[in-house]
Amino acid sequence: MTTTMRATADRADPVELARGVHWIGAFDPDLRSFDIILRTANGTSYNAYAVRGDAGVAVIDTVKAGFGERFFRRLEAVADYDEISTVVLNHLEPDHSGALPELLRRAPRAQLYVSHQARPMLKGLFDPEEFAGRITGVGTGDTVDLGGRTLEFFNTPYLHWPDTQCTWLEDEGLLFSGDFLGCHYCDMRLFNDAVGDFRFSFDYYYAHIMRPFRAHVRSALDLIEPLLLRTIAPAHGPVLREDPRDYVRRYRALSKSGLHRHQVKTLAIFYISAYGATRRMAEAIAAGAESAAGDTDAPAGGVRVSLYDIEGSEPHPFVDLIEEADALIFGSPTINGDAVKPVWDLLATLTMVDVKGKLGAAFGSYGWSGEAVPMIEDRLRRLKLRVPVQGVKARLAPTPEEFSACHALGHDITLHLLGRAEARAVDMAELV
Amino acid sequence: MPKAQVTFQDIGVTVTVPAGTRLIEVSEKVGAGITYGCREGECCTCLTKIVSGHENLAAPSVLEDQVLKDNLAPRHHRLACQAQILGGTIVVKPT
Ligand SMILES: Cc1cc2nc3c(=O)[nH]c(=O)nc-3n(C[C@H](O)[C@H](O)[C@H](O)COP(=O)(O)O)c2cc1C
Ligand code: FES
Ligand SMILES: [Fe+2]
Ligand SMILES: [Fe+2]
Repeated sequence: MTTTMRATADRADPVELARGVHWIGAFDPDLRSFDIILRTANGTSYNAYAVRGDAGVAVIDTVKAGFGERFFRRLEAVADYDEISTVVLNHLEPDHSGALPELLRRAPRAQLYVSHQARPMLKGLFDPEEFAGRITGVGTGDTVDLGGRTLEFFNTPYLHWPDTQCTWLEDEGLLFSGDFLGCHYCDMRLFNDAVGDFRFSFDYYYAHIMRPFRAHVRSALDLIEPLLLRTIAPAHGPVLREDPRDYVRRYRALSKSGLHRHQVKTLAIFYISAYGATRRMAEAIAAGAESAAGDTDAPAGGVRVSLYDIEGSEPHPFVDLIEEADALIFGSPTINGDAVKPVWDLLATLTMVDVKGKLGAAFGSYGWSGEAVPMIEDRLRRLKLRVPVQGVKARLAPTPEEFSACHALGHDITLHLLGRAEARAVDMAELV
Repeated sequence: MPKAQVTFQDIGVTVTVPAGTRLIEVSEKVGAGITYGCREGECCTCLTKIVSGHENLAAPSVLEDQVLKDNLAPRHHRLACQAQILGGTIVVKPT
């Protein structure tokens, strides 16, 4: 960062974004990693805002603990504490709620507005008894009157916590979007038309924070796209006043299904094998899947079956594929009582995308104890995949019966994919 | 022991279960599409539509009711990790 960009670092002034609307956040240029999962080459900012109406001032979001002093200094430059009628928290994560209890103490008149989902989580941050009667849960369409101007809420959960919401100031076309549409890019010139090139950071933030919630991103975009947006004021990074719609369009593009063509379902089989037993099981599963896909009269063949030997790749190139696949089957031999590390490494990438409700299954060869298959199945369930067909284990080299079981696994999973699994009746006692 | 029949619409499977079982235990065993997080009635991940037979589930606890309300759950939706099966026939569908 150049010295001119740093020179303003300690500047205490709030920045005016629109009539009666000020940025009152804090810059954190030296931060180099965030939430463990992100690197932040340019540091970040914790954006908070003040909106003045005729009947009171609203504060939207606060800052991370340790940055409160700068936030309060900026707030005090635009409002007295007893003018503050409203505090909105779009997201409870500590990087935005760090100064919240102190703010509520200093502004005794202020009512706190959070999403309905956030209310029960507040007790993890402070003792809500201290602010009893001052907390209101809100949802889409709820409004708060500031006198001559109104804040409106949009319930946009899982961007990237259950509690997240956006707040809309219609008279200025200003959306306070929380983490949504934000990025970690600290630049004291603040506005997107003035700061350095932060596009990589915007995409990177989406990939690591929003991508696991792709369906929720789309629902939020459905709410936001109809707005006459003039400015997007996120909780991190530049304020987007020039071409704000470009960023909304970028999220739309990033959250679209990329690989799906026609109505084809996709089934991906990943395996690793030291002596070929697990590999031959994988091939039998693929053949079983093909046979079921062939049975159907779906227009484009119904199911596209792919087989990958993960010994030949890093996990990362598979992430796009996993995001788009409808069924994921993992094969691992049991080694030292566990599935092998490359399989766990691949499974660790599943949290980078939305896998909820995809079909999952496991298979593998073993010598005497065979832990790998049930351990993978457990992991798939805990990752919120559906595991409708029991996995197949084969002792050392698979027998013809074990190959048939593999074939049946591929076949049955494919029928589930196509919604053609036969209706069945079972007794709970017979299920393992 | 009294038994009940639970049908998971998404996979077309009907399971005979002993009374007292929670929906999530059955769903998990048959690989139906109900997913879960906390299994303690807090996160609402396991929200499930009760298509019919909701009266054959034990009434929700105060905590479950609150979580359903906080998450704006529609009518006849339950937390599968909490909902206990009493008897009769029940048809459910993951959300
Ligand atoms: C990116 C991110 C994702 C998270 N996802 C979850 C989650 O899926 N479930 C959960 O219970 N908590 C989740 N959390 C919340 C953290 O577990 C919580 O903030 C915790 O208090 C952090 O502990 P620490 O202070 O030791 O880092 C998430 C937090 C972050 C930053
Ligand atoms: S799994 Fe969390 S509420 Fe049921
Ligand atoms: Fe966050
Ligand atoms: Fe944040």
